[in-house]
Formats: sequence, structure tokens, C-alpha cells
Amino acid sequence: MKNKSKQAKPPGFETLAIHAGASPDPTTGARNVPIYNSTAYVFDDVDHAASLFNLQTFGYLYSRIGNPTVSALEEKVAALENGRAAVATASGHAAQLLAMYILMEPGANFVSSPNLYGGSITQFTHTFKKFGWECRFADTANLDSFKNSIDKDTKAIFTEVLANPGGIVIDIEPLSKIAKSEGIPLIVDNTTASPYLCQPFEWGADIIIHSMTKYLGGHGNAMGGIVVESGKFDWAQNDKFPSLTQPDPAYHNLTFYETFGDFGFSTKGRAVALRDLGPTLSPTNASLISTGIETLPLRMERHVENAMIVSEFLNNHSGVEWVSYAGLKNSPYYELAKKYLPKGPGALFTFGLLGGYEAGIKLVESTELISHLANLGDTRSLIIHPASTTHRQLTDEQRLDAGAGAEVIRISVGLESVNDIIADLEQALDKAGV
Amino acid sequence: MEKLYYPDWQIRRILSETNVIAMIGASSNWNRPSYFAMKYLQEKGYRVIPVNPGIEGQQLLGETVYGSLKSIPFSIEMVDIFQKPERVPAIVDDAIEIGAKIVWMQLTIRHDEAAKKAENAGLVVIMDRCPKIEFGRLSGELGWGGVNTRVISSRRSKKIR
Repeated sequence: MKNKSKQAKPPGFETLAIHAGASPDPTTGARNVPIYNSTAYVFDDVDHAASLFNLQTFGYLYSRIGNPTVSALEEKVAALENGRAAVATASGHAAQLLAMYILMEPGANFVSSPNLYGGSITQFTHTFKKFGWECRFADTANLDSFKNSIDKDTKAIFTEVLANPGGIVIDIEPLSKIAKSEGIPLIVDNTTASPYLCQPFEWGADIIIHSMTKYLGGHGNAMGGIVVESGKFDWAQNDKFPSLTQPDPAYHNLTFYETFGDFGFSTKGRAVALRDLGPTLSPTNASLISTGIETLPLRMERHVENAMIVSEFLNNHSGVEWVSYAGLKNSPYYELAKKYLPKGPGALFTFGLLGGYEAGIKLVESTELISHLANLGDTRSLIIHPASTTHRQLTDEQRLDAGAGAEVIRISVGLESVNDIIADLEQALDKAGV
Repeated sequence: MEKLYYPDWQIRRILSETNVIAMIGASSNWNRPSYFAMKYLQEKGYRVIPVNPGIEGQQLLGETVYGSLKSIPFSIEMVDIFQKPERVPAIVDDAIEIGAKIVWMQLTIRHDEAAKKAENAGLVVIMDRCPKIEFGRLSGELGWGGVNTRVISSRRSKKIR
């Protein structure tokens, strides 16, 4: 037995999307992962129960912290991001809460890009404040501002890579270098790109977050979030992360990083954060999302193809003042998109109407095929006026920073026949009088 | 340093053919990693003999603790090392002397020179891995915790032992 045998070539993305985490059920032979509608799991004896509670053995205990349908999905997403492990949650917001709960302490802060989904800005600014966590927004046009915002109590840098509401690509590689030099992790929200279009761990991210409700699930039928860890961050390099490197009184003084190594962050997230905060993903939603992921590569290809055609149509329309899609050559983010999103910069973008606010409202109220609602990453094309909806809770300045000014329309280009999407936009633009 | 790579079939063969493991640095403290590994391996049917001079003669998870590899009065197939790298060469010398077949160094532990010596003496060496995690990975149990096992298969998973 030689230990220098040639390493087998890792499976391709499409293979992983279908097979990772989803081997046949060893007992029944069921080929698709069944929906395990069970809240709890029997113990062989009291010693087995003790081993499970102590995390000394692998196994299911109670579905708040682990369920076979959910863990199959977790392994699948961990594999697609080329990460070490993942913890699924009830929503993308819950994923953000879970990740921060592991890293933060009262009085701690993290530095964030301001180009975020409006709901994230609200969660970070107001709700996290109640835990004693401070979010400091830096300037993505000036990456030094991230470094300048960091102090001894800073626990992470947070950013989206393809920023919602649209068109902005964040230069994450230099951000990862800043994080590395400060001994803190870079957290990247990869929701709007999906792992098919962008692989943040390749660029130095340490933790990836998704709202799986969007492209991963892809069909607008199930809520879910997930936190993926790369397994490469050294939590013991400094004393910033006591909840991973010191004995945890919330878990009989177990030291998670020492005991679970490169999946210590996820184990902590499951055994303590999921257990005590409780934002568990349901097995039914996990099953719907897993099925969705099987076709993620095909869907993303078509999403990008349709988005490119729709963005060009809008770009050439006389009533449209500007289109912010990183696939267009006139986008300031065109080059960054080529670097980070070589298969295409997603299918979510914004545009501004010459008629401003009133025309924008009229447009979203006039579509007949494109759905007027607050979501993205559905098979269906979706449209929204962010200033009055997703980004409504923000100040005017925050809205402008986030790319959600009064005249801005956001579109999530779906998988319908692209001519029908364009025809619907054309008639709605007519009705909007532009 | 060259990246370590062990094919799945090699790890699987070791884990399915080994029965008696000496664990160097086994701790009697229930929340130490070595205690976790010992308990888990026992549950999977291995006999694990704890070696720790600090608690020599005591009972640990139903087994007598020995002070050294050489003081174990029966045959050992695999030596599992929970010790700092600088202590590895002396342990490897003992492992060769008692006729062990496998030297396994735990996660983060690596000693290329000692490994070479053991291999030259005909032993199989695994470094920077945990037998508990590898057992869990190849049996699929590790995936129950959302960990990426990197195992892709259209077959029901085969029992390791």
C-alpha cells in the first residue's frame, strides 16, 4: 500500500449537484433522499444517548439540530462550494444570525459592505444591536475603508459578491487579504451568484452564506439558508474567537475547534447556535431545495443567457435611462464580473426609467407575465421597485448606497421564453409612458 | 511540505482489517478529543488499549491503561498517536519493536522522518488524519453532521466492518 498514489480527479460541478450528499439510502435502497418527517431518533441504550449528547459519536438526536434530509442538503451545498461543512437554517437571515452568533460577543463589531439586500442592512443595523453587536459599514469603492474600520473587537468582514439589488460586483480577493492580515474571516453572501457562477473560497473567503430560497432552490417554493465553512481558517491564531478556542460552558466545557478541527465552526453552529436559537430548516423544504439544486447548472446557464438578452433590450430602449448589469460592456463592473463570475454575472439587475419614480411604479404595476413580488432567483421572472419594498426600511442615503434609489427597478430574469419576457416589458414600458 | 494524500481504498482497508489499536495519549477527561475517538472506535467494535504513563494502571472505558507501548503484554496491530510531533520518533521506534503493522498520527500531527523509518521497517503510516473522522467519512456518518465527505456513489454504502 503506497500512500503516494495518484489522486483521483474530483467530480465535476454537475455531478456534485446531483450526487453529493445523496447516496442511496443504506437501509431501503431509496435512490432519492427521502423526506424524514421525524422529530426525534431512538437511542440504542443510555450509553449511546450519552455519546450523542456529548457529540462523541455521529448520529441524529433531535431534528432541531440535525435531520437526514437536511444533512444531505448540507453536504451537497458544502460540496458545491468546495467547503468542508455546512449548517442549514430556516432562512438566509437565520444563516446570517447563526454565523454571527458563533463569531460575535457583546461589544464586538464586524465590518460590512453597504451594498447589501435591504433586509440584511436592517438586520445588521438594528436587530443585531440588541445583542450588543455593532455593524460598521465601509465603502466598497475604497477598500482601505474596510481596513480603517477594523479594531481589536472586529470579528469579521462581511460582503455580498454580486450585490443585491443589482449589477455591482464586489472585489472580494483584496477584501480577503485584508481579513487575513487582521486574523479575521471574510464572510461572503453568494446568494445572487450561486456556487455555479462564483466560487468565493477560491478567492480567499472563509465562510459562505446563502439564502437557498433563491437560486439554489430556484423554484420559489421553499425557504432556507445555509452557512458553509471552508475549513481553512485557523481560529486559534489569535484570541478573537473564544467561543471556538476556549472551553464552552454552553456545552460542558467542550473546546469546539480543538475537538472538531476543520469542521469545528459548523459543529458549534449546529450543537449550540441551532440548538439554542432554533432556526431549523424543515425536511420538506430541504427536499425541495435539494431537488432544485440538481438542475442548478442548467438553470443558471439559461438565467444568464436570458438576463443578457433582456439587459440588452432594456439598454437599447429609449425610455430606459440606464441599465446596471455587469454583463454589459458599459458596466463599470464588467471586468470584475469576468474575474469572479466567468460563466456570467447572474440574472438579477437594476435599471432606471426616464420617467423616474412614477414611471417605475406604473411599470411594476403593469406587467402581466413578470410577477410583481419581493423575491429573486425563481424560475419565474420577477420585478420590484426596491425603494418602496425591499429597501423601504432604509434611510435615503442608505438606499442610494445600496443602489436602490427612487427611480430604480429591479428585475430577476426567469426561465420563460425570452421573447415573452421582452414582450411583457415592452407593453409595460408603453403603459408606463416611457 | 508535500501534501498528504491517502486514497479512500487504503484508509478503508486499514479500518476494516485492524482490530486492536493502542492509543498513545488517551485521556481520562471525557471532553478531550482522544476520549471521543477511543469511545467511538470502541462502539465500532475495535479494541482500544489506552497508553498514558500519567494514569498507568487505572481503568479507562473498560480497559487497563498502560504506561508504554512496550509494556502491553499482547499483540497490537495499530498505534494511534495523540502526541506532539517531537514525541513521535520514540513512539515509532517502539511501534517497530513490538511488531505493529500501522502507525497512525492524529490530525495536525506529522513527522515525515519518523514516517519514513516506519515505512522502511514495513509499517503503513497515516499522518494528519483521525481514524474516527475517516471511519465516519467512509461510512457516511460524517455527512450526518453536514460535513463534505467527498464520497460520491450510486451504491448503498458498504459496512467498513
